[in-house]
Parts: sequence; C-alpha cells; structure tokens
Amino acid sequence: MVQILTPDGVIAPSAEAEPYAELVEGLDDSTLETFYRDMVRSRRLDIMGANLQRQGQLALWVPSHGQEAAQVGSARAARTQDHIFPSYREHVVGMIRGLDPVRIMALLRGATLGGWDPAETGNFHLYTLVLASQTLHATGYAMGLRFDGLVGTGDPETDTAVLVYYGDGSTSQGDASEALVFGSSFQTPQVYFIQNNQWAISVPVQRQSRVPLAQRGPGFGMPGIRIDGNDVLASYAVTRTAMEQARAGEGPSLIEALTYRMGAHTTADDPTKYRPEGELESWIARDPISRYRTWLEGRGASEAFFDQADADADDYAADVRRRTLELQAPSRPAIFEHVYSEPHPLMAQQAEWLERYEAGFEGGAA
Amino acid sequence: MPMGKAINAGLRKALADDPKVLLMGEDIGPLGGVFRVTEGLHAEFGGDRVIDSPLAESGIVGTAIGLAMRGYRPVLEIQFDGFVFPAFDQITTQLGRQNLRHDGRMPMPVVIRIPYGGHIGSIEHHQESPEAYFTHTPGIRVVSPSSPHDAYWMIQEAIASNDPVIFFEPKSRYWPKGPVDLDHAGIALHSSRVMRRGTDVTVVGHGAMVATLLQAADIAEQEGRSLEVVDLRSLSPIDYGPLVDSVQRTGRLVVAQEAVGFTSLGSEVAATIAERCFYSLEAPVLRVSSFDTPFPPAALEADYLPSPDRVLEAVDRALAY
Ligand SMILES: Cc1ncc(C[n+]2csc(CCOP(=O)(O)OP(=O)(O)O)c2C)c(N)n1
Repeated sequence: MVQILTPDGVIAPSAEAEPYAELVEGLDDSTLETFYRDMVRSRRLDIMGANLQRQGQLALWVPSHGQEAAQVGSARAARTQDHIFPSYREHVVGMIRGLDPVRIMALLRGATLGGWDPAETGNFHLYTLVLASQTLHATGYAMGLRFDGLVGTGDPETDTAVLVYYGDGSTSQGDASEALVFGSSFQTPQVYFIQNNQWAISVPVQRQSRVPLAQRGPGFGMPGIRIDGNDVLASYAVTRTAMEQARAGEGPSLIEALTYRMGAHTTADDPTKYRPEGELESWIARDPISRYRTWLEGRGASEAFFDQADADADDYAADVRRRTLELQAPSRPAIFEHVYSEPHPLMAQQAEWLERYEAGFEGGAA
Repeated sequence: MPMGKAINAGLRKALADDPKVLLMGEDIGPLGGVFRVTEGLHAEFGGDRVIDSPLAESGIVGTAIGLAMRGYRPVLEIQFDGFVFPAFDQITTQLGRQNLRHDGRMPMPVVIRIPYGGHIGSIEHHQESPEAYFTHTPGIRVVSPSSPHDAYWMIQEAIASNDPVIFFEPKSRYWPKGPVDLDHAGIALHSSRVMRRGTDVTVVGHGAMVATLLQAADIAEQEGRSLEVVDLRSLSPIDYGPLVDSVQRTGRLVVAQEAVGFTSLGSEVAATIAERCFYSLEAPVLRVSSFDTPFPPAALEADYLPSPDRVLEAVDRALAY
C-alpha cells in the first residue's frame, strides 16, 4: 500500500511509496495549503448538506465525510484538460473542477436530473446513479481521445486523460469489468479510481471481493495500485503519476484507495444496524484531515491559516445553503424539454395537452 | 439489391461523408458481421473506424455513449436480437437520458443496429422481436425498414439524427432483392407509408411483416377483397397520419406483428386508432401477433409467426362485424 503520511501526521513513506517521494517533495506551500482548504470545505459542506436534508430541504444527502483525502488528492492530480466521470459522492471533486455545488443541491432537492454542462465545469461530467455505468462512458470517452490523437504527443497542454470514480460495491457490476476490458484492449488514457470505503450501503467489501480490489488491474492487463486513501499526499502523487502515464500513451491504470465512509451511506441509511463495534473509532484514528493538519502544523503552518480555512469553509457553506433555499422548481413544460434533441410529436402533443388542462383550472377558478 | 447490401451501401456512404461516424460491434471487422452487413468496410476504412469490439454488449453501448460525448457518431451492431439485453441498462437508463440530464446539451447520435425476427430457422435467442421494450423508453427512437430502398436511406437518416436510434433490421429480408434509388430518398425517417391501396380493410405492420401483409393482400384480391397495406417504418414515434386517413376510408384495421402480442406495439396502435377513428370504425381494431410464449424451436416457427392466412382470418373477422 502506498502511504506517505501516517495517521500520526508524519511523513514516513512505505516501501511502495518510494517512486513518489520526489513528486511529493516538490510540492509548494500553496498547493499543500490548497489540499487542506479543499478537505475542510468538503467536510463543512457535508455537515450543511445533512442538516438541509433533515430540515426537509433536500430529498437526500450523500456524505463523503472520511473520504476527503482520496477525493481531493486525486482531483487535484488532474489537469485542466482532463475529463472526470464521478459516481455521486464526489462533491469536492466537482467543486475543485469549478462546479457550483448548488447544482448538486438542485439534483438532491429534486429540481433537476443533472443539468450541468461538463464543458463549463472543468470537464466534470454528470453524476451517475446506476452503479458503474459511468465506468463505460469514461472508457468510451478515453477511446475517443485516443482516436482524436490527443494522447502521447508529448505536449502537456493538450495530451488528455480521463479519471473515473466508483465504489467498492460498484466493482461487482458487470459494467465495471467490461470497462476494464475495453480500457485495456484499447489502451485508453485513463485512471480507474476505486474508493473502497469498506461498505456498499450495509454490505462489507468482503462480499464484493475476496482479494484486494487493486488486483483487478493486473487481471485485466493494467497496473493496480493500492493506496492509503486517507493520505492526501499518496492520493495526489499516485493519481498524478498514473494520469501522466495515461496522457503519455502508456495506457490505463487502476487505483484502489482504502478509505472509510465515516457517516451513513446516505441520509436514508442507519449504519448502527450493520457496523461492527469499534470500527468507526479505528477509522477516526486514521482521519484524513486531522493527520494532515498535524503534519502542516509540524512544518510551521500558523494557527491563523487554519482559522482562516475554517472561516472560509463556513462562509462557503453558508452561501451554498442560502442559494439552495432560493432554488425554484422548474416550470411545468420542462417535463417535455430535451427528452429528444430533435422535434418529437408526442412531446409536442402532451405538452400542449398539459397546458390546456392547467388552463382549464385557471379559467374555472376565475 | 438485397437489403443487407443496401444497408452496407448506406453505412459506406455515412463513413465516407463524415469522419466522426464509426462502426463498432462483434465480428463486424474483417468478417463483415455474421450477416455480412459490414462486409468490406473494415478493409476500406480501417480498424479505427470499423471496430471489432470485445464481446460485451453493455460495453459496446456504454463506451459508445462516451464516444458520442466526445463528438463521435457511433453505429453499433448487436449480433442478434436476443443478445441485446446485457446492453439494456445502458440503452434505457443511460443512452436515452443523456440529453435530458444535460438540459439539452449532450445529444446522443448513437445508432444501434439489431438484426431481428424469425423466418430464418435459427436456434434459441436468434429469432426474437424485442421492439416493444425499446419503444417503451422515452428518449430513444426506434425504426425498422421493410425494403432495400428504405433501408439504404433510413440507415443514413438514423446516423444523421442527433437522437439515439434503434435500427431493427428484419433479418429474413436481408437477402430478397428490391429496387434502390441511390439518388432519391424516400420519405423522412419517422414517416409511415401506404404500400398498397385498398378499400375494404387496412392492414398495418412493420419490418418483415410488411411482406406478409402484401402477400395477404394478393390472396385477398383473388378472393375479391381489397386490402390497404400500411408500413409503419417508424415504431417510435409512430406517424399516425397515413394510418388514420386509411382507416377513415376503410373503416377497418388489422394490426400485425411478429412480436409477442401482450403489451406490444400492436396494442399501442390499436388503442390509438380506437381513440382517433372511433366514429369511422365499422369493427374493433384486431391484432395478429405471435403467441405470448418464448419463440419456439424453429421447427415450429411457421405455426408461431403470423402467416398471410392468419392475417386473412383477422380480415374476415373484421369484415364480419
Ligand atoms: C445498479 C444499481 N444497483 C443498486 C443501486 C442502489 N445503490 C445505490 S448506492 C449503493 C451502494 C454502492 O456502494 P459503492 O459502490 O461501494 O459506493 P459507495 O456508495 O459506498 O460510495 C447501492 C446498492 C444503484 N444505485 N445502482
């Protein structure tokens, strides 16, 4: 397992981490501080999202509490031109790419089925709720990049790769395996990033796989690397290296980030029903944010920096919350819009019918 | 030219005209597909345009969605009707919804060619008619040509469409020859068409059933009855104009299909015509379908599939009202 930063907050690279040492040493202060601010902001947003759901303002909230390092490190490893295909838990990845989280709130509030344009959100594609479907979309997209000649030209500004996120449970889906077959066969510029947060709702990862998920990589003909997913430095360094290899035309790789979903699967879940005694505590001891903070403190980050990061996160969440409450339901005709991209007689007829039907009530009331 | 060759010619033209068009499927490369519909295209356009995919239907459709996001226009081949179901999830939950979920900014110009239907004496899972599963899915368009001329033009129109199109190819019609006018398109992709004029009963169908209906009309004529034959061509959306006109003239409608009858396309047509033509109808709309069973062993397919005689039996019933 690649680990650079231990749970105690000291840099003590595992043997597997050796190849990444130089990359990590080269990180400047501003990048290191950004990692911290991202993680704090993500956790703050989580608390706010769960509260909004409890107040009846969201249909559902999907927490990522505990998975901040896996998400932030990998997301920061992508270049501007890269494409990211999330599942549905990667809020901070979207934020890093420039997605306004209110878009996510709109989705979870039942105001839209998606609605953002990847071209305007740093190539962050829509959430996908049918598990592992996106692994194939990402792979097809990466095939297209290859056909377009955007791989291995040596120009770091144009060579492009794809990063796709999915969970340990999702690896059991046929699509996840088919994606690895296509990716390997077509040598796509791509990184398959599995967040193994130990649980698929109530089912432990052992029910999905008897062997480490990282072993799926070699089985399909690509490197499979297991990382400490609660170590933002490992997540960044390994993903960045794999993405660079992908852009250089060296084909796909698979990363298994070992992490833990500290809260519920979603706000509809009750983890006390299935989580063994003591498990949560053992993972709290490996918390990604506190270990990173300890390390930053050790290298001289000021109290003011941490206070500022907290204050910024509070402001950010408050702003998202305010704008979430202002979200309006879409207008009725939206039901029929964009189902097809070209004119369709049924859409026109039914939209017209609904308008007449509603107008009947309005007329009757007068 | 036979329909198989007509589709081949249509694909060749689409590949030549637009570098973003690519074909993908199982065995479609050097072999040219198990029905040879893509024959010669791999040699002409290369393995990056005519792609032999891994043997994975969900993978074929799922990666095509990603390719379409990247600006490609993938034309996929599913080897046989009964093998589309591993891709059913990607088609219904992903392909059909991308444009909607992206607020209209992600058109999905993906064509899925599926050879379908019976009459070729094949084994289990090789003779089915699964159209209704797909016409039940918003966001997906479904068409099926019945003649080489239509096939040549409809495949090109399907590829030009920015919406996903399932292109059902009636495999028993791959070989019979028919005229193809390479210069003049027929009618638009989503139009139905009157194939033969008649006055007593309208009969409507699609794909291979159109040939059965034309045979039935020939026999009926010898018996002094005049059938009007309508080819639906487009199964979703359905172009009801010519059908409504026809039923208003004849007052009687028989809907015929190879598919299982229960909750089928024929049911949809029957219900709609009952609504729209209530005052013109002299008899209830009658359906002729295969039985509500799995496709039987091929030795029994002649008893299973609607024959001209079974169509004429329904015509008799309609006339008896
Ligand atoms: C195909 C499919 N089956 C079932 C579900 C319901 N479901 C939603 S999330 C989930 C668990 C997913 O676990 P995992 O892939 O490990 O991701 P995590 O939610 O833990 O991040 C299930 C069963 C679904 N969304 N899609």
